[in-house]
Amino acid sequence: MNSLKTMKKSTRSNLVTYGIVIGFYVVMQLLVSGGMLSNSMQGMLVPICTYVVLAVSLNLTVGILGELSLGHAGFMSAGAFSGAVFWVIAGVNMPAPLGLALAMLIGGVVAGVFGFVIGIPVLRLRGDYLAIVTLAFGEIIKNVLNAIYLGWDSNGLHFSLSDSAALNLEEGGEVIINGAIGITGMKKASTFTAGIILVLLTLFVVLNLVNSRAGRAIMSIRDNRIAAEATGINVTKYKLMAFITSAFLAGMAGVLYALNMSALAARKFDYNTSILVLVFVVLGGIGNIRGSIIAAAVLYVLPEMLRGLNDYRMLIYAIILIVVMIFNQSPQVVAWRAQVWEKLSTIGFFQKLAKLKKQSKGEA
Amino acid sequence: MALLEVMNVGIAFGGLQAVAQLDMKIEKGHLYGLIGPNGAGKTTVFNLLTGVYRPTEGDIILDGKNITGNAPAKINQAGIARTFQNIRLFDQMTVLDNVKIGLHNQIKYSMWTGIFRLPGFKDKEQQMEYQAMKLLKIFDLDKEANLPASSLPYGKQRKLEIARALATNPKLLLLDEPAAGMNPSESEELMNTIKFVQKEFDVAILLIEHDMNFVMGICEYIYVLDYGRIIAQGTGESIRNNPKVIAAYLGGD
Amino acid sequence: MEFLSYLINGISLGSVYAIIALGYTMVYGIAKMLNFAHGDVIMVGSYIVFIAVNQMGLPPLVAIVLSMAVCTVLGIVIERFAYKPLRGASSLAVLITAIGVSYLLQNLALLIWGADPKSFTSVVGIPPLHLAGGQLVISGETIVTIVVGAIIMAGLIFFVNNTKMGRAMLAVSEDKGAAQLMGINVNSTIAMTFAIGSALAAVAGVLLCSAYPTLQPTTGAMPGIKAFTAAVFGGIGSIPGAFVGGILLGIIEIMSKAYISTQLADAIVFAVLIIVLLVRPTGLMGKKISEKV
Repeated sequence: MNSLKTMKKSTRSNLVTYGIVIGFYVVMQLLVSGGMLSNSMQGMLVPICTYVVLAVSLNLTVGILGELSLGHAGFMSAGAFSGAVFWVIAGVNMPAPLGLALAMLIGGVVAGVFGFVIGIPVLRLRGDYLAIVTLAFGEIIKNVLNAIYLGWDSNGLHFSLSDSAALNLEEGGEVIINGAIGITGMKKASTFTAGIILVLLTLFVVLNLVNSRAGRAIMSIRDNRIAAEATGINVTKYKLMAFITSAFLAGMAGVLYALNMSALAARKFDYNTSILVLVFVVLGGIGNIRGSIIAAAVLYVLPEMLRGLNDYRMLIYAIILIVVMIFNQSPQVVAWRAQVWEKLSTIGFFQKLAKLKKQSKGEA
Repeated sequence: MALLEVMNVGIAFGGLQAVAQLDMKIEKGHLYGLIGPNGAGKTTVFNLLTGVYRPTEGDIILDGKNITGNAPAKINQAGIARTFQNIRLFDQMTVLDNVKIGLHNQIKYSMWTGIFRLPGFKDKEQQMEYQAMKLLKIFDLDKEANLPASSLPYGKQRKLEIARALATNPKLLLLDEPAAGMNPSESEELMNTIKFVQKEFDVAILLIEHDMNFVMGICEYIYVLDYGRIIAQGTGESIRNNPKVIAAYLGGD
Repeated sequence: MEFLSYLINGISLGSVYAIIALGYTMVYGIAKMLNFAHGDVIMVGSYIVFIAVNQMGLPPLVAIVLSMAVCTVLGIVIERFAYKPLRGASSLAVLITAIGVSYLLQNLALLIWGADPKSFTSVVGIPPLHLAGGQLVISGETIVTIVVGAIIMAGLIFFVNNTKMGRAMLAVSEDKGAAQLMGINVNSTIAMTFAIGSALAAVAGVLLCSAYPTLQPTTGAMPGIKAFTAAVFGGIGSIPGAFVGGILLGIIEIMSKAYISTQLADAIVFAVLIIVLLVRPTGLMGKKISEKV
């Protein structure tokens, strides 16, 4: 009986999460059709979806598996470039939704393969060493993509690491990836609707995974690796599973991002982007999927909201980040907050509030 | 043939011989004790048996299969489960989920079934739930099923660890100081539970314990370890009167 | 001869990495945190020197001392206000805060000094050295960098092993709780570590900008990451490890640029790091840690 209730609880909590996303979609569509959303805000809708997917997928690695990754942008760019190449060659001639879906699938698979390759050292390393290796991988992917020249003519694909002339394209051939310049002149394909569908798909995969046998195995590794091994969990298998799933989703997000622009360059996907996504995950609450969604959306829009403050906006962003971390995480501040809360709870109004807080905590 | 045969097993860390010439025989379904003064190497023996450490010499045979040097997860799947001296639960997960992890290799379905909720998912989850709750009831933890494991009081955490280990359906259960930190009445109750588990699950149990009343109370056969070597073995009565054992505990020679 | 000149350049660049990596490694050893903002302290130090020399007309040596002083204070302030409140919090929380500090420093620099790159005039007044009948030319910057790197390394090893404060640092990095029980003031030891690391960052900034004379708010980021890599490469927490890691990284980078590809040099550096960690999971000179069961 008791357990039946929890099943419902986790399902209910998941439904709320899906509801938030769908609600956001409906409200934005209404605002757009009513002409109440500025152009710059409209332009942010697809990137918001991208970063939500990135944050949720990174949370799978950081929050659910419990391993720090600083190379999420690497998976994103591996997906973005492979998906975009497919799009330029073939997808663009298909019906847009099909072309986009196939591009995303390809991007996801390629990123997943990268996840597998990177996952292997991950199994040997722990903590900060792992963090630096993921960062290194991300930078390697960026650097290699920066040096790649890829062209296409009737003989098929041509590849070079030196320059576009070395591709030896025949007449009418086309350079797809032009080294550090990247891919230019792409036809856009991503839409807000496609973005929301990807967000929902990501949520579906991650939430269902977490509430299943495999997800529990992954979380057991996070909570106590030695006990997990002693309980018969194949740590290698489940670490890889989490890593590959996370990379796959990041790759799809990369395609969504890439096909929202006409030009794509690798330098965009450096460790700063990885760190940005990590900040979303940490501020949203490690392991808290709904928190990742909200943090990614709010924090992505925040600098835009602060635009009126011009040069000061990133400064304010930095200060907010530090203050929030100290407020939420400092042992002394946490203790102090508990004290204040206790004092306040003698007052009637706050008692009610405390009750509400308790209830909502039980649900999460 | 014995369930577990340990033959001449030893391990050295650097130059230090932590365990040497260890010979043990454990019969199916019986209850054994492993005692010895602090630092005798008792937990090291557990770590050797469960693959945390790889023996530098000797063989460990479980049910006729040589498991020496296997990885911990494989040894668990072969049939040895354990608890830890410094409790190792999955702290952030619920009490129920802790036991469900134990059932991981008992009730299986694929990742895809989990993600896409394919047929079989609901069925298998219900089976898992049923079996986990059954185990929790034995240890009187069913009311706490949905609390985070870390919120349990100490004694209940020890019991949950045993429940989780049992969920892996072991042939041999290793308990590292199961009664540590319990008061006499809790300890008494745990003794009864362990006896019940031994009969009900037909599992052999080897336990490390400092509480002599506990060990003498339930163990049918006792090994005494000192400086990494077995110095005596036998029934409780013979151990109690063994001068070597008395000397080891009192520190004389 | 060409090879020799690349090797010397590599050692020179490596010395800069080593000096930065020392800051990373000392802080990591003592506070067990990845101080992501360390690279940005380098940038601040370089700006101070730039202003002191170009706008205030101070002699280079005075400018460097001034820059070291400012960075020392900056390091202590950062530690006191951003990191100290988080002592005892999860390492991820500290990491994110360090990232916040990094953003803060970069954007402060942007506000104060603007986004356009400043061209840094070298503070080294030593003429280049011509060897082997002019076939091998070693610039003054290179010589100074290598010499300064060696002096700092020697000085640091002496300091850690032979002074009370240095030994306190070792004790705190070994076991904070035990050190406290032995009467060591852990807080001031940690602050001291940040101070030394930041002062070294100022030196590294000057050397870096003398060799690569463009200065902008993001100047410190990439060398910071590379030096962090060097520290891990050598085994984070180990002072000789940081030095060896830094030098090797510099040599690998310069050699890759010279003989393989300029574009791919960074990728090669990071690939070597990964391979090293696969073979030695705690770096070249790192201590092996095993979890007690």
